[in-house]
Amino acid sequence: METGIHELTAGYALDVLDADERWAYETHLAECERCREELTSFWVTTEALAVAASGPAPSLDLRDRILTAARAERPVVVPLESRRGRFVPVLGAAAAIAAVVALAVGLWATQLSGDLDDARLALERERQAAAVLADPGARTVALEAGDGRLVVDDGGRAVLVLDGLEPAPTGKTYELWIFEGENASPAGLFPGQAGRDWVGLDATVDTGDVVAVTIEEAGGVEVSANDPIIASAPV
Amino acid sequence: MEAPPATVLAFPAQPSWPMRKQHAHLSDEALVAQVARGEEDALAELYDRVGRIAYGLAVRVLRDDRLAEDAVQEGFLAVWRSAASFRAERAKASTWILTLVHRRAVDLVRREERRRTEPLGDELPGSAHESEPTDEAAWLRFERERVQTALKLLPDVQREALELAYYGGFSQSELAQRLGVPLGTIKSRMFSGLARLRELLDESTQEGSWKPEFTS
Repeated sequence: METGIHELTAGYALDVLDADERWAYETHLAECERCREELTSFWVTTEALAVAASGPAPSLDLRDRILTAARAERPVVVPLESRRGRFVPVLGAAAAIAAVVALAVGLWATQLSGDLDDARLALERERQAAAVLADPGARTVALEAGDGRLVVDDGGRAVLVLDGLEPAPTGKTYELWIFEGENASPAGLFPGQAGRDWVGLDATVDTGDVVAVTIEEAGGVEVSANDPIIASAPV
Repeated sequence: MEAPPATVLAFPAQPSWPMRKQHAHLSDEALVAQVARGEEDALAELYDRVGRIAYGLAVRVLRDDRLAEDAVQEGFLAVWRSAASFRAERAKASTWILTLVHRRAVDLVRREERRRTEPLGDELPGSAHESEPTDEAAWLRFERERVQTALKLLPDVQREALELAYYGGFSQSELAQRLGVPLGTIKSRMFSGLARLRELLDESTQEGSWKPEFTS
């Protein structure tokens, strides 16, 4: 009865797919209500398999180790005003945005155009960002301005996690930038949401780069004259 | 001291930790939302609820206490970092946490290649632990026995496929190679095995199960 990609539901629930199969299945999942329902119910069954393996308790200090490690990753919350002095080099660099050619606007611009690939692109963007956040090998970079943190994996894929940023005002958008020294490249647009928000960058970052956010007119810009409202420490 | 833990039906699974009353009424999903806001206590409560099952799973995959604790720790840190990405409409929070720990355990076992050098066993889950743990919550023991009973009722080839897939850390192509059957056969066995196990568990649930619910 079950054939082809639908049948990958079992492998996905059991986590035996390789990366390519997983990508193909997740893309399919976005379009297939039947597979979403099947997966949800199979996940209940794989959780039962986990319960079947239960046995002795872990050592008592594991709990403390986890909480201590989590605490060490707590987002660095620094009021923007108190960091104005430190922020000057980044503001200086912002002026140099005029020299930048956009490389990464394409993806998001395509999404704004409203074609049928919207959902697929949005899913892929979210999936990649979630993969970085969930990667135990990823590291956290503090923000020099703004509340939140930047999470970067080994391949330079980066996700900005923001706390308490309000949605962009009507007619405006948040725009991401990657500063390589004085040169800034746009790295995507996002609308912002109340509470915690997270957004993947459209391009990878290298050691020493700074990730920043500006507020721009809807649609974004390829060069900006605005000061960043959020900026990371050097990656 | 207190009454023996075996008679205690309440969480947490580790009775030596004080119950965090301010979180006891929250669903797992509500706790994940709090973790997304950076609340450590919520992470601690999730660990108290799911940590022991996660550890058992990691031990089963890795067959090494220290590596299993690493997998649990890294899995929960992934929960801490990515709680904002959790989508409650797609999975229960406990399933999601176990998925993250399982993924990490599989990564580690592939790195260690422990299983590659070991003979293919036909053991049932839980048989790695010689003695019954006495300090666990009664619901967990009940649930484990219920699932193990259901597993024994599966056709052998389906049980073997599920156990090697979920506890062995093999990819499905590795499984096909290892068992000497076509990939399509492995996919079918995993699919039929999960579907059959789901039926068996549903049947035994109707016969009576009393895992406590957190959702009010």
